[in-house]
Amino acid sequence: MGRFRHTWGVAEPSDQPTPDREPAAPRRHRKAHTTARDLERYAGLFAQRTSVMRSSAMRDLMEITARPDVISLAGGLPDTSTFSPQSFARQMTKIAQESSAEALQYGPTEGFASTKECIRQVMAAEGMNPDPDDIVVTTGGQQAIDLMCKVLLDPGDVVIAEAPTYPGAVPVFCSYEAETIQIQMDSEGMDVALLEVALFDLAEQGRKPKMIYTVPSFQNPAGQTLSLERRRRLVEIARKHEILVVEDNPYGLLRYEGEPLPTLYELDGGDYVVYLGTFSKILSPGLRLGWLCAPPPVLAKVVLGKQASDLCTSTLAQYFVDEFFAEGRWREYVDELCDVYRARRDAMLESLEQHFPAEATWSEPEGGLFLWATLPDYIDTTDLLARALRENVAFVPGVAAFADGRTGKSSMRLNFSGSTSDEIREGIRRIGAVVAEQVALYGAITREQRVVPGGDGAHAGGQPPSVGSDPPEGSDPGGDVVPMRRREPEA
Amino acid sequence: MKVAVLKGGRSLERQVSLSSGARVEDALAESHEVVSLDAGHDLVERLKAERPDVAFVALHGADGEDGTVQELLEILGIPYTGPGVSACRRSTDKAEAKQALREHGISTPDWVSFSQTAFSELGAADALEEIEERLGYPLVVKPARGGSALGVRFAASREDVPQAIVSAFSYDSRVLLERHVQGRELSVGMLEGEALPAVEIRPHDEDRYSYEARYEIGRTDFICPAELGEDEAMVGASALATWEALDCAGFVRVDLILGDDGPEVLEVNAVPGLTDTSLFPMAAEAAGIGFEELCSRLVTSAVERMVA
Repeated sequence: MGRFRHTWGVAEPSDQPTPDREPAAPRRHRKAHTTARDLERYAGLFAQRTSVMRSSAMRDLMEITARPDVISLAGGLPDTSTFSPQSFARQMTKIAQESSAEALQYGPTEGFASTKECIRQVMAAEGMNPDPDDIVVTTGGQQAIDLMCKVLLDPGDVVIAEAPTYPGAVPVFCSYEAETIQIQMDSEGMDVALLEVALFDLAEQGRKPKMIYTVPSFQNPAGQTLSLERRRRLVEIARKHEILVVEDNPYGLLRYEGEPLPTLYELDGGDYVVYLGTFSKILSPGLRLGWLCAPPPVLAKVVLGKQASDLCTSTLAQYFVDEFFAEGRWREYVDELCDVYRARRDAMLESLEQHFPAEATWSEPEGGLFLWATLPDYIDTTDLLARALRENVAFVPGVAAFADGRTGKSSMRLNFSGSTSDEIREGIRRIGAVVAEQVALYGAITREQRVVPGGDGAHAGGQPPSVGSDPPEGSDPGGDVVPMRRREPEA
Repeated sequence: MKVAVLKGGRSLERQVSLSSGARVEDALAESHEVVSLDAGHDLVERLKAERPDVAFVALHGADGEDGTVQELLEILGIPYTGPGVSACRRSTDKAEAKQALREHGISTPDWVSFSQTAFSELGAADALEEIEERLGYPLVVKPARGGSALGVRFAASREDVPQAIVSAFSYDSRVLLERHVQGRELSVGMLEGEALPAVEIRPHDEDRYSYEARYEIGRTDFICPAELGEDEAMVGASALATWEALDCAGFVRVDLILGDDGPEVLEVNAVPGLTDTSLFPMAAEAAGIGFEELCSRLVTSAVERMVA
């Protein structure tokens, strides 16, 4: 019986017992109990790299966010209810009728040519024109990240990532025992000047990163997009230093406003940029279908790595994508999704404006699934999550987006794709209320005159809001993701 | 016997509880008929339908440890493992437990406790100076109720205090500020009025002030039985006195610090963790009591207690 729990929208097999209604039988094939001595015995068997795979209080809290009565702004879930069940049935029926044996068979490690043609269409929609031979179809974009780490990283190697970075990439870097250096972002994405400083500092120590991992468009979790100028600069830096840039672009087509920007892959021509794509956000994450585009020598290693991991990507899933694309309306479907998500993003931004205190800042993404909000530095969002869960609402604490597990304590990632606009409004109202409570409490403890906004946006005590004051002092780098947006002053 | 294993629930410690519960189910499966109950809206309905002979309470956190579930089980006339309603209620609130300990002459680090309204309505902030004079630094700030390390912070100086208090209030409407006692961290399992061998908790140096690290393999060393020498009797006596002061039953875990002035009790866990890495099973094992035997004994004694 496969059961999965969700952490940051990344499904992980759960080893937790199931909250079943049935009696405990039938028995699992497992010893009735584990003794302290057993633990020591296994401890000696674990690989060194597992010592950095840590659980944390935050992870335990995240488990609770899956409760059905919780409004979860924590996950990264696309809304799969918008996909027509009739269309799904039609495509699967066609596969069963016309290609049953093939669809149930193994496939080539690098993926089917027909699926690569679908991928070519998706990439062409963003101005790229890859050679199908440069593509390998992967089990989701997550495997593509894993494979790149697998072929590039020795223990202790340096990976550069954004600060904050995709929370699902952090455990991958950790499991390959990489040293992750995170580069500050602002409203134009990763600060490439700081990147150059970091490269210089590393060079002084005789070190060079193996890769620069970036989500340039509608970044997860910050919601920011790398500007054109910085895209050009980043590609130049990669070339000059001969470092691979891993461009993870799951959301590029989910743009709700503004003009599309060229991908790093297009700007570079595919020499120093490895491109990761996925069908998860434009079609379905349940398919577990992503891809990786890399220069041939890199691709050859990736294919070997993938062969060792899982031989090939799900044949059935690839057949499904082929059928869906054959109907010729995939762009239309993406446009429908954009309409849905745009409205939800707007609902979230409006609600933040209304319910978050003046001290809070947040990004205003032009696309994607997430925005990043930063609270005063005395609020720890892991603790805040515990408080918020009592109000049945959840978000991802900022520390999840940092490899050190410490930075980003006062920030949070909010997802607007997986809940309805009404749920988003109610969820933000509830989070706003608990934040206001903590702001007021801190003010009462420090005896500072602080703005005490109520959950309804009213300012208690008739105090004028201190909008426009300096950002929270001593904020950690998570708090410096210069945004962004603040609540407008009120009369 | 038909045993209902109560686990899960809605508390922040749901995952730990599910692990504890599953392990108990496995341990009892050979000798008993086991029914697994994830505590939710239908708990009472299901207990009434299943009519178990006894309930094994493996619910941590609120509801499971504060006497709520125990109260329900009493009404339904179902015997249950662990302490009764009032012992649960008192031990789950650290401030109440410490008060009871003090009244019984058991050493516990000095503390003050405040409700959230004390700060928001009564200006408790103005008393912080007196508090720091009395408790000194570093001090420990923790939510009155709540398990594991959630919301527990060290405050090394005055600057750390407000933030630590805000964090603690995330978990409960009452917080404790407690004097930090230097010494060896010990955990003593109490099984039916007898002290099991103490477990010593030694966080690695870099994790000294991270409560989160405290329960993780690899960041903390657990030594069981702790090498206490002549202090052993004193530690055991302190745990036993705590057991009696709070009128415990079945099994509990007493956490204490062995400082220069002898053992000082920090808190009592009315429903100790029973996972693969939990301290209580480790201590029982050191006493030669395997996990299956432990679970069976607890079930049997729960029924006997009810009959008596």
